[in-house]
Amino acid sequence: MIREVAIVGVGWSGFRPITPDLSYKELMYEAAVQAYEEAGIDPRRDVDSFVTVAEDYNEGTSIFDEYVPDQLGALHRPVQTISGEGIHGLAAAVMQILTGQFDVVVVEGHSKASNILTLPYILAFAFDPVFNRPLAVHPYYVAGMEMLRYQVESGTSHYECACVAAKNRNNALLNPLAGYGAAISAADVMASEPVAEPLTRLECAGHSDGCITLVLAAGETARALTDTPVWVRGIGWANDTPWLESRPWGEARYAQAAAEMVYRTAGIKSPRAEIDFAEIDDTFAYKELQHLEALNLCPPGAAGEWTAAGGTEIGGEFPVNPSGGALGQGHLLDATGLARVLEVVLQLRGQAGQRQIETAEVGLAFGWRGVPTTGGAAVILSN
Amino acid sequence: MKEYVYDSVYLRSKDFEEGNVLFETWDPNARYAWDAGVAIGRYLQGLKAGQLIGRHCPECDRVLIPPRMFCETCFRPTDRWVELEDTGAIITFSRCYVTWDMIRITDPQIPAVIEIDGASPGMGIMHMLSEVDPDEVQIGMRVQAVWKPAAERIGAITDIAYFKPL
Repeated sequence: MIREVAIVGVGWSGFRPITPDLSYKELMYEAAVQAYEEAGIDPRRDVDSFVTVAEDYNEGTSIFDEYVPDQLGALHRPVQTISGEGIHGLAAAVMQILTGQFDVVVVEGHSKASNILTLPYILAFAFDPVFNRPLAVHPYYVAGMEMLRYQVESGTSHYECACVAAKNRNNALLNPLAGYGAAISAADVMASEPVAEPLTRLECAGHSDGCITLVLAAGETARALTDTPVWVRGIGWANDTPWLESRPWGEARYAQAAAEMVYRTAGIKSPRAEIDFAEIDDTFAYKELQHLEALNLCPPGAAGEWTAAGGTEIGGEFPVNPSGGALGQGHLLDATGLARVLEVVLQLRGQAGQRQIETAEVGLAFGWRGVPTTGGAAVILSN
Repeated sequence: MKEYVYDSVYLRSKDFEEGNVLFETWDPNARYAWDAGVAIGRYLQGLKAGQLIGRHCPECDRVLIPPRMFCETCFRPTDRWVELEDTGAIITFSRCYVTWDMIRITDPQIPAVIEIDGASPGMGIMHMLSEVDPDEVQIGMRVQAVWKPAAERIGAITDIAYFKPL
C-alpha cells in the first residue's frame, strides 16, 4: 500500500439478541466513546472523516445516513454512509487515508436486528423480483442449495460442517462479547431441526444487536497516538454474479477474487504460512469451510477434514473464529465483518483473554454480505 | 444510422390493464420497532404524563429537547433531566395545501417548529397548529400545547393533539 494505515482504537456495544435498554443512537455513542478514548482523540477536533455502513431496509429509515453524525461526534464534518459489508466500509476508510487528504478516519457499523419485525421478508426483498421472489420460499433456501453443491463438489460431510457450529459456539463461551455461547457437539448440531436441507437450525447464525467503531490513522499519526497500532497490511473485495440460476454454487469465487486482491496488496505469497489465524464469515456453518478454501488457507476440499481434526480450534495449528464468529456472537447484519475485524485486533494486541492465541502476529478477517449475495471483503492486519 | 433500435409505439393505460404489457409488482413486508432507549423512553413517559422533558449539557449549558443522552455539539454525556413548559414560540412553519397522499385541500395543515420555553434558543419540537386562522400564523407567535385527555395518552408525540395560540 502506498501509505501506512493502522487501527488505533476500537469500541463496541453489545452483542446481545435484544437491546431494549438502548436506542440505536445510544448503542453507537457507547461504541464510539470507547474507541475515541482508546485512541486518545476528540472526534470534534481530531477526526478528518467518518464512514458508516448501513442499509436503509435494515434500519427502517430511508436515507439513513442522515441519522449518523450526532452520536459519532461528526456534526459539520465529512461523513459518508455506504451500503455494503462492514469490511467494505473499512476499505472505504483505508482508501480515504491512502489519498493523503485524511489522517484520521472513523469506521462504524451496527445492528438493531431485533427491531426488524419482518427480517426474513427483508432478506427476501433482496431477491430478483421477477425470477425468484414470486416463488415465496424462506431466503435460507439459497444457503441449503449452496451447502448441498459445496458438499458434493468438495467431498465434505455434514458432520464436518456441523463441527464448525460446535467449535464456534464453544469458542463463544470464552468471549464475554458473544451472545450465543453454548456447550454443544457436532451431533447436537446435526440433530437440530432442518431449515433448508441439508442445513439445520444450529448451522445458521442467530441475530444480535450491537455496534463496532474503529479509529484508523495514517502511519506517523498512528505511532504518535498509540504504542500498539494494528497495521492494515492489505485489503480486497469482489463480487460474483447475482444470478441464482447460473452462479458457481459449489465454490465462493467472490472470496477467491477478494483473496487474490488482499494477498496482492499485502504482498503475501503463501497465505497459510504467513498468516497465523483468521476470523471468517460463518453465517452458515458450511460457509466457514467454503471460505477457508476460497481464501487459499487450505487445499480445495480439505477444510472439513481439517476442522473435524481440530486444526482450526483455538489451540490448533490455525485458529479460525476464536471469537465464536457469527454463529457464536450472533449475526450483526452490516456490522458482521467489523466484528470479525474487532476480534483480529484484540488478538493482535494480546487482549483476547481466555481465547488468546499465543502467536498472533498476522490475522485475516473476511466478511460476506449474506444470502442471496455473492459479495465479500477481506483485510489483513498485523501487530 | 437508424433513428431507433426498437420498433416503438405509445403505451396507454389500457395496454397495462388488458395485460398487453407484462410487468411485476411487489409489496414489501417491512415492519419495524424502534427501541426507545434511555432518552426517548423518558421523553415518551413524560408525554404520557403531560410533561415535556429535556436534557442539560454540562459543557455548552444548553437544555436539549427532544432529550438525548449526549450533546451532538460537544460530544459529551448530558447530565440531568429538565422539566419544561408546554408553551413556546414559532421558529418556522408552513401552510400545506397538499396532504401526504397528494390530495389537494382548502383548509391547510400547518406544521410548525416550536421553540419550547425553558429549553435553549433554537431548541424546538415539531408539531401541528390548530384553533388558529391560517393567515394569522407568523414566526414568533406564542403557542401552547393542547394535550389529549390523560386516559387517551399512550406515550407518543401525538399525546399532544396540537398547539394553539396563547
